[in-house]
Amino acid sequence: MPDRTRTGTGTRRPVERGLGWLRLPLIGAFGFLYLPIAVLVVMSFNASSIPFVWTGFSLQWYPTLASNPQVLQGLLNTLVVAVAATVGATILGTLLAVGLARYTRSVLLEAYSLAPAIIPDLVLAIGLLILFTSIGLTLSLFSVVLAHIVFGMAFVAAVVTARIGQTDPSLEEASRDLGATGPTTFLRITVPSLAPAIIAGALLVFTLSLDEFVIAFFTDGPRTPTLPIVIYSMVRFGVTPEINALGALLLLVSFTVVLAAQRITRLTDAL
Amino acid sequence: MTSMAATPLIRIRGVGKRYGSVTALADVSLDIHHNEFFALLGPSGCGKTTLLRAIAGFEDPDEGSITLTTGDTQPADAGEVDLLALPPNRRPVNLMFQSYALFPHMTVSANIAYGLEREGLARSEIARRVADVLVTVDLQDKASARPRQLSGGQRQRVALARAIVKRPKVLLLDEPLSALDRRVRADMQVELKRLQHEVGITFVVVTHDQEEAMSMADRIAVMEHGRISQIADPVTLYQRPVSAAVADFIGMSTIIPGQAAVDGFTALGERLPAAPSGVIGPALLVIRPEDVRLHADDPTDAAMGSLSGTVLATHFFGGTSTTTVTVAGLGRPVLATQIGPPAHRIGAVVRVGWPAERAIVLPDTP
Amino acid sequence: MTLAHRPGGHSAARRRALLGRATLTWPGLAYITAFMAVPVLLVLGFSFLTRGRFGGVVAPFTLDNFARAVEPVYLRIYAVSLLIAAATTALALLIGYPTAYAISRLPARWRTVALICIVLPFWTSFLIRTYAWILLLNSEGPVNRTLLEIGLIGAPLRLLYTPGAVIVGLLYAYLPLVVLPVYAALDRLDPLLREAAMNLGASRARTFWDITLPLTIPGALIGAIFVFVPSLGNFVVPELLGGGKTVMIGNLIRDQFLEARDWPFGAVLALMMIAVLLGAFAGQAAIARRINGTARA
Repeated sequence: MPDRTRTGTGTRRPVERGLGWLRLPLIGAFGFLYLPIAVLVVMSFNASSIPFVWTGFSLQWYPTLASNPQVLQGLLNTLVVAVAATVGATILGTLLAVGLARYTRSVLLEAYSLAPAIIPDLVLAIGLLILFTSIGLTLSLFSVVLAHIVFGMAFVAAVVTARIGQTDPSLEEASRDLGATGPTTFLRITVPSLAPAIIAGALLVFTLSLDEFVIAFFTDGPRTPTLPIVIYSMVRFGVTPEINALGALLLLVSFTVVLAAQRITRLTDAL
Repeated sequence: MTSMAATPLIRIRGVGKRYGSVTALADVSLDIHHNEFFALLGPSGCGKTTLLRAIAGFEDPDEGSITLTTGDTQPADAGEVDLLALPPNRRPVNLMFQSYALFPHMTVSANIAYGLEREGLARSEIARRVADVLVTVDLQDKASARPRQLSGGQRQRVALARAIVKRPKVLLLDEPLSALDRRVRADMQVELKRLQHEVGITFVVVTHDQEEAMSMADRIAVMEHGRISQIADPVTLYQRPVSAAVADFIGMSTIIPGQAAVDGFTALGERLPAAPSGVIGPALLVIRPEDVRLHADDPTDAAMGSLSGTVLATHFFGGTSTTTVTVAGLGRPVLATQIGPPAHRIGAVVRVGWPAERAIVLPDTP
Repeated sequence: MTLAHRPGGHSAARRRALLGRATLTWPGLAYITAFMAVPVLLVLGFSFLTRGRFGGVVAPFTLDNFARAVEPVYLRIYAVSLLIAAATTALALLIGYPTAYAISRLPARWRTVALICIVLPFWTSFLIRTYAWILLLNSEGPVNRTLLEIGLIGAPLRLLYTPGAVIVGLLYAYLPLVVLPVYAALDRLDPLLREAAMNLGASRARTFWDITLPLTIPGALIGAIFVFVPSLGNFVVPELLGGGKTVMIGNLIRDQFLEARDWPFGAVLALMMIAVLLGAFAGQAAIARRINGTARA
């Protein structure tokens, strides 16, 4: 006779089993992704002036960093670019995402709106360099902002589009039905319901612009280097403990901003 | 009718399954016999699909046993296999999924051949059996099509062919007709029944559609809240439901709450015609619409029983019509079905009656 | 007449919709056109022009730049670039696919956490992440020290400034881009298809091989494109981790614009990258159609 009481097997799901050996690639991938970051952060607290040989704990490189005029000027330039690019990209990207989702629904235009995020940055960079010199625009922080807006808005559009997929279009129809005009409906109904995605998209553009190097490298003027350009010339010159400290700080900022964005909306839906 | 004396093909005993605080199955026991067309019927969430998936091996019950008889139908040489001890791919049962789950990257014939290839059969044998089953389901010309190029009815037949080509002991069908539109569904009901006869496989079908279950199944298990309410053949289920819930689920009915005593059934202060039953105390009287007779209100016609009501609505369906009558004191209106067009106008006062032997008295247990 | 209650209501609604579309999508589409489409067209146009005497470009229409692009000295660079990008892509798939698969098997709440952990480095400074590998791979860096200490090697290995270092750096930069699309493909895969295969007698391994893997190949190919194409065009990693000894297409393009001042030739090289990207997407789409059975057989 078969056993009538098969207790204790209820947690086993016949098809979906535990991870088993799959833990290996998971741990391997996370180790690979985070080990270099961890080493960098640890080495930023290194007393030695050789940035990869640990001799003892010290905080000295952070104050040194703060008194480096190149770094400070680069940071200021980068913040100007990032804030301006974030504002521009957020407005344009949100309008575009809503317009495409509500009125156009064209797969082709949707792909077009995401293309700036997919096209290789080097190609976009030289294209913009050619454009700016052809129209006689002097390269400056302004040209970097123009360039950062174009790929930034693609990311905002992607995040906002993912959110629109989860909202109810009849809310807007109800608003129109109750007599609200188009702009009123957009500002009072559409924007508030998409606010989390818009804020998350803005945060992403901010961190992307903050860290962006290739496009800035080609579209920036020589007298206003952004922080990544400053870092690039520092790294080419040689490794220093200062860069470790600067890197650790930049990682901290990016992690904080992206995790904040994730808390606001599920970024993973948009990617 | 299946012989009850033979060893059942599938024996399910005391099966229970909980997800956290939700009970999906509670102490389910039933037998399914050889060559039977068995239906698990109930509203969504009643546990019928969980039970089907437990038989197939995609749910693991917390308790109880599910065994399958191997060998012949005679008790003497029948061996029993503990299905729960086998992984899904080793169980001699096949499942036809509600969504069909056809492999989109394979052709129709590759889909059908897939299960045979897993058995390691010779290539020529596989080709022959695939060709045969394509004829059986009338899809010879779709052998090299992909699932996305087929209509719903064609996909359903591919799914069926993929399952029966394995010649399983038991074919499990999860809502096999729910994805089809009404017209195709009627055809497929006949088709399924014919196939079951032809291939000689035991069919266990899960459905929420009582008409579907009634028209196809030899026996039906009605399930509610993870429990089995009644197992019977369609006629018994319809005529002798064991509870008001079963009666309500199987076909339309009028249910009148009242008191049952040794000498009859009383409701609304009247003695109502009812079949004799052993029930004493609070009870429910169940009457099917086709048993209800309506007569123009004639106080001299004492034989018709003493309820009277007002015609609320009439519906004409072509061959038959249904009249809805409100009776003062009854929470729900009485339904009456008759051949031909409705005989009474809306607003008419009518006497409501039924033959006593057709009115079932059931204990009123909440 | 109730039907005539709103005369012209239909066309008014249409006008409103058109207006809405114009005010919402027009600025964004115009911006993308001006700052992406026009630049790409300019790259195309420049590829037919002649390099000016003092940099810049001059008018004569020519195909010389294209002819130059197939000279043996450049073919060698393409070969190296393709090899390095292909090796990076292969490694990314080899690590990224099982990682995505493992994540898709995690309990729901851990899945999101794991995905965020995978993408988080991608949102941080690419330069800093590349720089971290200089620290790690240095002859006195942690990797060499660890290997020396456990006695696996007798003398420090030359890790930095090798093609291997370039591959590791590119892999580090783009690994998240292969995990995400593979995860998305696994997530979209109907779990009933796997159950159906098992029900028909397939073992777990067989089910993976016959069902899961083929149906997630389109997603894996998207990931492969996201790794392969930017790897080709990356000039920072070859420079910082390859020590300038490994020259890839990206370095060549940068040099044409910033050092050689040969913009037309640089434009030709950039066009080749766009061609690779478009060709790869077209190939992916064709394979996806075949696998999904949406194309005529």
